[in-house]
Parts: sequence; structure tokens; C-alpha cells
Amino acid sequence: MQTTTMTDAMRPPVPAEPGAGVYSNKLGMWVFLASDVMFFTALIGSYIVLRFGMGSSWARPAAVLNVPLTGLNTFLLICSSVSMVKAYAAIADGKKYFLRKVPGKTLQDGGLKFWLLITIICGAGFVGVQVFEYIKLVGHGFTPSGYREGSLLAEHALADPVKYGAGVAGMYGSTFFTMTGFHGFHVTCGVISMLYLYFTKVLPEKYSPQDYRGIEVIGLYWHFVDLVWIILFTIVYLI
Amino acid sequence: MTAVAHTSTKAHHAPMSFWRKYIFSTDHKIIGIQFLFVSLFFLLVGGLLAMQIRWQLGFPGKPLPGGGILPESMVSGGVILPEYYIQLVTMHGTFMVFFAIMPLLVGVYANFLIPLKIGTHDMAFPRINMWSFWLALLAGLIMLAGFFVPDGAPRAGWTMYAPLSARPDLSGATISQKLWSISIVVLGLSSVMGSVNYITTIINHRAPGMTWFRMPLSVWALFITAILAVLALPVLQGAAIMLLFDQTLGTHFFDPGAGGQPLLWQHLFWFFGHPEVYILILPAMGMASDIIANGSRKPIFGYHSMVFAIIGIAFLGWLVWGHHMFMSGMNPTLGSTFMVSTLLIAVPSAIKVFNWLGTMWRGNLRFHVPMLNAIGFVSMFTIGGLSGIFMAATPVDIPLHDTQFIVAHLHYVLFGGSLFALFAAIPYWYPKMFGRMMSERIGKVHFYLTFVFYNMTFFPMHIIGMGGQMRRIYDPTIYDFLKPQQPLNRFISYSAFALFAVQFLFLFNFLWSLKRGKKAPQNPWEDNGMEWSLPNPAPHGNWDKTPNVYRGPYEFSAPEAGDKDYLPQYVKLPTDRDPVPAPLPAGGH
Amino acid sequence: MRWWLPDAGSTFAGPIDALFLAILIITGIALVVVEVGLVTFVIKYRARPGRKAFYTHGSTRAEVIWTAIPAVTMVALGLISNHYWVLMKDKKSIPPNAYHVGVHAKQFEWQVTYPGADGKLGTGDDFTVRNQLHVTVNEPIAVELSAEDVIHSFFVPEFRVKQDAVPGMHITAWFQATKTGEFEIGCAELCGMGHYKMRGRVFVHTPDEYKAWMAQQAAGGTE
Repeated sequence: MQTTTMTDAMRPPVPAEPGAGVYSNKLGMWVFLASDVMFFTALIGSYIVLRFGMGSSWARPAAVLNVPLTGLNTFLLICSSVSMVKAYAAIADGKKYFLRKVPGKTLQDGGLKFWLLITIICGAGFVGVQVFEYIKLVGHGFTPSGYREGSLLAEHALADPVKYGAGVAGMYGSTFFTMTGFHGFHVTCGVISMLYLYFTKVLPEKYSPQDYRGIEVIGLYWHFVDLVWIILFTIVYLI
Repeated sequence: MTAVAHTSTKAHHAPMSFWRKYIFSTDHKIIGIQFLFVSLFFLLVGGLLAMQIRWQLGFPGKPLPGGGILPESMVSGGVILPEYYIQLVTMHGTFMVFFAIMPLLVGVYANFLIPLKIGTHDMAFPRINMWSFWLALLAGLIMLAGFFVPDGAPRAGWTMYAPLSARPDLSGATISQKLWSISIVVLGLSSVMGSVNYITTIINHRAPGMTWFRMPLSVWALFITAILAVLALPVLQGAAIMLLFDQTLGTHFFDPGAGGQPLLWQHLFWFFGHPEVYILILPAMGMASDIIANGSRKPIFGYHSMVFAIIGIAFLGWLVWGHHMFMSGMNPTLGSTFMVSTLLIAVPSAIKVFNWLGTMWRGNLRFHVPMLNAIGFVSMFTIGGLSGIFMAATPVDIPLHDTQFIVAHLHYVLFGGSLFALFAAIPYWYPKMFGRMMSERIGKVHFYLTFVFYNMTFFPMHIIGMGGQMRRIYDPTIYDFLKPQQPLNRFISYSAFALFAVQFLFLFNFLWSLKRGKKAPQNPWEDNGMEWSLPNPAPHGNWDKTPNVYRGPYEFSAPEAGDKDYLPQYVKLPTDRDPVPAPLPAGGH
Repeated sequence: MRWWLPDAGSTFAGPIDALFLAILIITGIALVVVEVGLVTFVIKYRARPGRKAFYTHGSTRAEVIWTAIPAVTMVALGLISNHYWVLMKDKKSIPPNAYHVGVHAKQFEWQVTYPGADGKLGTGDDFTVRNQLHVTVNEPIAVELSAEDVIHSFFVPEFRVKQDAVPGMHITAWFQATKTGEFEIGCAELCGMGHYKMRGRVFVHTPDEYKAWMAQQAAGGTE
């Protein structure tokens, strides 16, 4: 995590005892993220206990899920984290012009608009792909309550119960849709927040190298959401 | 130090409309007062539910007075029905825990006290703070709606064990069970938003001179409580969502037929639930400490030990959740480990009780109403804490688990503990909130009557529990082994009715004093906290200029105080130097 | 009017009641110390004109003493308790010669399955009776608990026996009754509307009485 210069604009407007050494918005986001860690711990912890603690074998992920597509989607989300870092660097470092020096021209935001837009597009893309994936899965018969009767997956499960984890398909569906669904919800909230900031603060160039708190704070949230996805992708799609 | 933006802490507003000032307010004090009114309402709701429970337990099968106003689905011919009875016990617990005690301790006093006691003008995020209140109110209304929807309120106990809670066909509660989950998720959001505020404000916004070990214990307790809340509530939210999905999306988290685990619910619920009970007691302990030091005119005995005890209780509180599950079918070896951690958590609680005694020892005791209730808190919490030790010893938990003995224990810590502390805190900070004093005379009568009827109500429950009366049963008299105890059940019920009636004294005192209470002097309790440097009621924005803090919070009877027996934190003596505010962080960090 | 724990009816009652009493004495002493202390201080140190409180911030020695004593007491209590906990709840503690009975809990009754003449559960001569548990005195009984629908809890106060019955789980609880007679089973986990009336009866027989009852069951009686 890049260190920040806490400028005057970011400090509380009154004298105070030394606190955390980071400005309040950032501290608040860290505390909120701690709560979100606990939320995902409840969901992911339950999944781990139900799947690996209970003995009965679940379906091989590749049999039910589209791992390559989601792998691509993961890459997209990681790219959005990279563009988020670039957006933050653009405004924090006070780059005078985006991409290359243009004599006599300066950009207040050093490319923030561009990079944040990339992040939003990648984030929205991730959600879009996930919605597409859900539609396909439900179409094949994979639902939160298991394999829908008469569906393609139900037939497969009858033919090969081990590969498709027939006995515990209900658990598989339950945990898969709950975990990825809430993650997708968090991504969506992040995209909406970024859009809000984009139109109210970024486009009117309200951020500056002296005060870019909103960008750093949403950046923290975005990296958290990315990290949760990497964990989810690993333990749901790969293992 | 480079000049900061401006030294004035007063928010510069154009004159605000009534709605912005009192309803959609971002002022932490107004938000605290809003929580106070709403929570007192839910406390009353919880009490009314309790009265019906006690009626049925004391006089099974007898028509409830006034029962005619309730619908036939709840009350038949005036007699409470079994399906209504289990709604009563469920919702009594739910409202009391989530919508009365927790918001009274945290929603009211974290909001009201923290900025005042650390010397700042408001919370770090005032608008998020406002949302925290409105979400809590929304959650309460959603929960209340459960009584009015088809099929009635949830009825699997406030602990909502699955599969009973996940199967409307087995419990009978349909829509309301889903509303429960939604209400809990919304309440969790409210709690997290509040906690983010409390934690950030305490860390970053303390006035110059307010070092960590000069913070009053009330603030320490609220700080640690906020950390508990921010980490525990989301786990409950996750569990509530899984429960909701089991009912609506056909998931199978708790359905053993499809590979789910009923015990998963219990682990998740109690992993939240045990920190939750410390959320329900720590702020009470903190405020009681402030009040006992004030009433004793002495510093708190062992301030540092008290801080470490709060931290110790909070830390250990994460490691004991399995003691609610000793009989659950969980591996007995796990039971052994939870027994150890549970017995250990008695130690920091004991430390606190002894330190309160030490504070009163050789004091110059003033028995104002807050002090009376705070002493009541110590004596009742001691009983509650000690009764817990019986259950902590796992073999003894075997006969006692899920009996009225537990009900006695939990009421001694939650009512004898938390509620008595609130009966101390509410009149104590009332002048700061409303500019007036509550009546001392009514307060004293309320205290003594409450203390007597309270013990008459809840102490005998230990005996009934020892005799084996199970929890949540509609009619004990159908069991031969319980019939002999019925006279005691009746005695408890009569005492409970009297206890409830006496609370109207408090309610009257609270409401009447709003307009007719004696106008409060600036520092009516001769206390040392930062808040007493402000007029009553405290103005919007609190201080014009950030105050300086010159000493610790409990310098009662200090030699430097001269002929006065208190020395506030904000008073500058000739020998004091002004604290130096934090310098700007050097180069790049 | 009962003022104490139910009369002892099993081998567990002795240790559990003794432990209960020990805890009562320990907590009783602590309670008396605190409450007497409070009352004494309230009287002795009430404010009087001209008095001043004693200005002190505490005493490390006091902190050490009142931390150490509770800590040592709790550790000792834990060690003693654990010995009995293992005896009562550990699978390995179930006596190998225990007589196995199946108890299947459902809304709102106890279905008790007996091993029949061959003495083995799960064979063809098993039979099921509703809400009646017949056992022999002074013989270890292993109750194999299961649940049909929601969580129930098998509770016999005189035996100091309690064990949740969880759907999807097979849990064994054991006890040894020490006196003959009739006792009651209560359900100790809220299981729905009929939770309060999920009452069963335990009949503790002499060996001869039990044999007679078994024979009667085999002959088709449903007493």
C-alpha cells in the first residue's frame, strides 16, 4: 500500500492528539473493511466447514462451472485494481500531464478521469460477465437449491454422481450462489460509488494532490473486493 | 506547527429548519437523544411482552386481563395460546437485546458521550452517524411488523435455532421469519456504521492532552465495545442471510437432509452472540465506573487494571462461544476447551468488581440517584456473574442448561447489570441532554422499589431452574416434577407485575422532567469530565475552540483541588502547561 | 414446594450435585465478601461534613491478590469438572456392557426403540413405544438419540441427564439409574408449538420387572 502524505486539507480542522497517523476517512474505511472481512469470513468459513469438514465429496468445480470464463473475469478484475492504482497515483503524485509532457499544458488530475473510467468499465464488465455466467448456470440447472429436476446437470449427476457431487449438490448451490452473489453485490456497490464520485467530484476536478481522500478510500475498498475474489476464485473454482 | 484551516469547531450553518435540527440531524447529541426515545419505547414493548409471559407462567390457562383485544390466533377466549406464547418469549428476547439494551447503551451513550468526553465537536462522519439511527429505527419497525403479518411473529426463540427457524412448515412463522432476517441485516448495518464512527473519532479526534490513559472508562468501554460490534454483527448478518436463503431460495445451509448442518447455525450465532453480550455489559461497566468515582469522590481504584480488564474481557469474549453449546452434540473435547476459556473470563470481571469496591473504600460517598443505581449495578452484576460459573462447569451445566437458572443468570447480568447501569446513566447525563434535572425524590423511590421487586422476581428463578423447569415452556404444571414449584412461579409473576408497574415512575420522571424538571446548574454532580465545561444542554458543535485536557478523568479529592473535592480535566492550574497538539507528520507519511 | 435440585436418581447425580454445592460455597463466599463489603462501605464511608475521601489511584498488590485468587480457583474448578465431563459425555466413557435403547425425537413425542429379546438394537425383533422409556435399575443405559425434524433435547432431571437430539446427527447419551420408580422426560430445546407438552415417562424397573415387561411387549401388549 502506497504511503500517503497527510496534507493539511486532510487533517481534522482542529488540533488533536496524535491518532492513527492516517486521516479519518481512511481509518474509517479500514474499520469498515474489518467488518466486511468478518461478513465474508462467516460465509466462506461456513463453506469451508460444510465442504471440507463434512466428508462427503462435492462436485468437481470444472464439471459445473465455467472456469476459463471466470478466469478471464478474474483477470479483468485484477486489471481494474491496476487501473485503480494508476488512478490513485495520477492524483496523489500530482502528475502535471497524462502520458507525456506537453509544454505549457497541465492537467489538474494527471489522468485520474481516464484511469478511474477504466476501473469503472472493468468493474462493470466483471459484474456483467458474472450475471451472464449465472444465467447460463441456472439454464443448465444449477440453482441455489441444487440441480433442478429434469435439467441438463441433473441428468449428468445421475450418470456420474461422483463427478457431479450428486448427494450434496444442494450444498454446492447454496454456498456458490451466496458467496459469489454477495461478492458481486459488493463489486456493484463499488462501481456505483465510483460512478457517483466520477460525476460529482472527478469530472468537475474537485480532487487535487492536496486532497484526494475519496479516491484513496474507494481504492482501498476496491482492492479489498479484488482480494476477496481471488480467495473465492481459488477455493470455489480451482480447488 | 503549520497553521490549521481554522480553530473554530462550531459548524457554520445557516439557521436550520426544525426538520434538519431535530429530525434529520447530524449532531451526535441529537442522534443520541433520538436513540434514547426510540429505545425506551422498545424497552416498554419488551416489558409488555414479559408481562404476558409471566401471566401465563404464573397462571397457566387463566384468561389474560385485557386479552380480549388480541386476535383469536394469539389468545383464545382470553387464554394465551401455545403458539402465541412462544412468539412472546422469542420477541421479548429479540426486542430487549437488539432494540432496547444495545441501542440504549451504545446508540445513546456512544453517540452522546464520546465527542463530549474526548473534547471534540462531533463524530468523524456525522452523516453516516445519522444514517445509523434511521437504519436502527427501520430495523425496529420491520421487527415489530412481525406481530402484524399473517401467521404472526417469529417463534424459534431469540436464538433462532435451525432447523426450526428455517422451516416455516415446522415453526408456523412464515413472513415474519423472513422479516427477522431482513431486520437483523439492517440493524447490523446500523451498528457497523455507528462503530466506524466511534472507533475513528476516538482514535483520531481526541483533544490535545486527552491521551489514551486519560480517557474516562466510559469512553474506553464504548471504544472496545465498538470494536466488538464491528467484528461480531457482520457474522450475524451472514447467518441471518443464510437463514433467509434457506427459506426463500431453497438453499440448504441448515438442512441435514441435503448435507447442511443445524449446528452451523449455532456456531455462527454464538460466535456473534457471545461478543454481543459483552457489547451489552461493557458500556454499562464503563459508565458505572464514572458514576461510582463521582459518587465516592475518589479516583477509580486501579484505572489501568480496569482498562486491561475491559480489553481482556473483550478478547476472551471471542473464545467462549461454545459454552452456549455444551449440550448441543458438539465434540465433548471442544466442550472442555470452552469450559477453560469461560472460567477464565470470570477473572477480569472479578477484577472490575473488586476495583469498584476499592473505589468506594475510604471514599466520601454521595448517594445521589445515579450512585444508588450504580451500587445496585455492582451488587446485582456480581450475582449474575457468579451464577454463570455454575454453567461454566460443564457437568453442572447438564442439569442447568436451558432451564430457568439460565434465565435468572441472564436477567441478573442484563437487567441487574445493564439496566441498573442505565438507570444510573440516564439521570446522570440528563442535564447535559435536556438542561434539566430528573427528580431525585422520584428517582430514589424508583430505585428502592425496583431493587426489591427485581430481586423478588429473578432470584427465585434460580431455584425453579435448579428444580428443572425448562425454558420456553408454555405450561409447567403438566409435569409432575414441576408442579410443586408452581407457588414460586406465582410469586415471581406477582413480583414481576409490581416491578413493571414501578417502572412507570421512571418513565413519568423522565418525561415530566423534560419540561418541569429543575433547571440544571452547569456541573450538577461536581464531576471531572470534559462535558461539564459546557452549558446545559450542550450546544451544537460543543466547544467554540477545541479545549485542552490537563489531567486524568478521576482527580476527585486530589490535593491540587484545594478545598474542592473534584478537579475537572479541563481546568488549567497555574502549574499546568498547555498540551502540544500533534505536529504534522514529517515528510511523506 | 421444592427448594433444591431434584432427588438423585442416577450415578451422575452424586458428582454433579457435589460440584454444584462446591461452586455454591465458593460463589457464596465471594458473594458475601462483595455484598458485605458494599454494605459496610455504604455505611462507614457515607459523606459527612468535614470529611474528605482518601486520594489514591489503587494498589498493585491488591490487583495481584484479587487476580490470582479467582484465577487459581477457576483453574482448579476446571480441572475437577473436566474429569466428570469426560466421564459423562465422552464416547469412550460409555460402559461397554451398556444396554442400548434408541430414542428418536420428533414434534412432539419421543419414539423409544428397544432391542428386543436378542438385546441388540437394529435387528428384526426391535420394537418401538411412544413416550415411555423402560430401563433396569443399576444397569448402564446408552440412549442413542436421533431427531426427525428439528432440534429437541432429552432431559431427565433426576438422572442429571441432558443431551440435544439433532436432525442428521447420531448422539449417544448414557446414564445408570440408582433407584426404581417413575420419572419424567422433558424436552429441553424449543422445538415448536408443542414443545411444552413433549413429556415422556421413564420407568426404572428391577431386573425381574424389566424381564416381565419385555415379555409382555413381545406378547403384543402396549403397557
